[in-house]
Amino acid sequence: MATQHSRSAARLMMAPAVTLLLGWMLVPLAMTLYFSFKKYLPLRGGDLGWVGFENYVRFVTSSAFWPSIQTTLVIVGGVLVITTVLGVALALLLDQPMWGQGPVRILVIAPFFVMPTVSALVWKNMFMDPNYGLLADLWRAFGAEPVQWLSQASVPSIIMIVAWQWLPFATLILLTAIQSLDSEQLEAAEMDGAPSPKRFWYIILPHLGRAISVVILIQTIFLLGIFAEIFVTTGGAFGTKTLTYLIYQRVLESQNVGLGSAGGVYAIILANILAIFLMRIVGKNLDN
Amino acid sequence: MARSVTTRRKAFNTAVAWAIGLLIFFPILWTILTSFKTEAQAIADPPVFLFFDWTLENYGVVMERSNYAKFLWNSIAIAGGSTLLGVLIAVPAAWSMAFVPSKRTKDILMWMLSTKMLPAVGVLYPIYLVFIKLGLLDTKFGLIVVLMLINLPIIVWMLYTYFREIPGEILEAARMDGAGLKEEIIHVLTPMALPGIASTVLLNLILAWNEAFWTLNLTAAQAAPLTAFIASYSSPEGLFFAKLSAASTMAIAPILILGWFSQKQLVRGLTFGAVK
Repeated sequence: MATQHSRSAARLMMAPAVTLLLGWMLVPLAMTLYFSFKKYLPLRGGDLGWVGFENYVRFVTSSAFWPSIQTTLVIVGGVLVITTVLGVALALLLDQPMWGQGPVRILVIAPFFVMPTVSALVWKNMFMDPNYGLLADLWRAFGAEPVQWLSQASVPSIIMIVAWQWLPFATLILLTAIQSLDSEQLEAAEMDGAPSPKRFWYIILPHLGRAISVVILIQTIFLLGIFAEIFVTTGGAFGTKTLTYLIYQRVLESQNVGLGSAGGVYAIILANILAIFLMRIVGKNLDN
Repeated sequence: MARSVTTRRKAFNTAVAWAIGLLIFFPILWTILTSFKTEAQAIADPPVFLFFDWTLENYGVVMERSNYAKFLWNSIAIAGGSTLLGVLIAVPAAWSMAFVPSKRTKDILMWMLSTKMLPAVGVLYPIYLVFIKLGLLDTKFGLIVVLMLINLPIIVWMLYTYFREIPGEILEAARMDGAGLKEEIIHVLTPMALPGIASTVLLNLILAWNEAFWTLNLTAAQAAPLTAFIASYSSPEGLFFAKLSAASTMAIAPILILGWFSQKQLVRGLTFGAVK
């Protein structure tokens, strides 16, 4: 039973974590808001005074804004769909009886250990290079013209690289969930003559609901901020400029902090819209 | 009753699963193999797979070109330091949420997780300024603090889900025997929660090791970890696939080996404690 004493102790023990996160959220947020209303060019005069909403208007009316939102949503959505669908398929496969399940699982998780800068560089050069890349060799072996992956199919290429990194995560969570499924229920369905697509659709998939929402929630958090994969491969060229990358360019490449900060506020708003949406779905699922 | 499976079915599963597993692992395998080739063999078409003259030359070149040991040490210090600090702060918080829950516990957890949605790039410049003011730019300590903060929500969440599995009666019994709060956490709770804490630590080591936004933007020569080491190979320079592969292998090997040795804890950790 929690006493008054342990309640206040509990609050005290939570204090460091809560205070730190509150500070980590509020201080940069306040500073970003402050800069977003200023004309601030660190290399060209510094603080040039208040400009009201000018930065906000300029950021949205810039021709790069809407495409960047679209690119962000396409990349995040594409990776989510690929990793969830393939993740379910792979998890079902790995759940089957087989020899060497442990080693196969190690092979499948391995991409998760690879740092984004490494995976982006390896994919860009050793696989997607139009002259020397392995995919070019493969295309030539079939007599086809090698594809200029990162310029002609830039967004799908980036989706592929990122999906490769996140597939292990989705697979593992879904596999863990499948393994917790009561096998008697499945056997009963099997004996009653339910065909396997039906067993999948009515028993396995509903059971995976919670795991799928965890996959989507956690991946979205990480995918909204992907940076290294774009920084290293295309540098934002060929239509791969996400909102994150556009802001990065405004702040660090053009050294326009005011404009970049306004962009930052938009990014925070976008993230929050997605967050509310996700929390509602996931929160519901997590309570069950 | 176990589902009966024919050997043929099992062989089929095995073949398909190994084929897919190897396909997923192939980019890593190819990188490791290429690191032992000469530059000419690295771009040979048709590609050479195993039968080439194995050489360690590339590793020598990479070592000469950059101070690998320093990058490695920075990665270890930053990933290790931020994880340790994070766990120290998160254990008490997760403890109180799991054992003295209030109506708001779920909200606080969700709020903590939502701070992770704050786009890093949106607050890059403010953090940059704060770092300059406090003299933290390009220091290991600065990065330890930042990485601790971005991973703290996940550490708290994972520990919370693990702690909740520990029956409260055991803690009460310890309390009856006169254990104070501190003894209760150190001598009763921590040993029972050790597997969960180990999984949390492992996962966060990986996340911190691979973090590539703050580590690239807040460091220069002094505190740069392996993410920056590898980024210096991003501009092509003649034939460099073999050297790139050697550098890549050196950057991912420590975490790959750690991950493989601790697969069980890691699999548990990778599910973020959210799925059983």
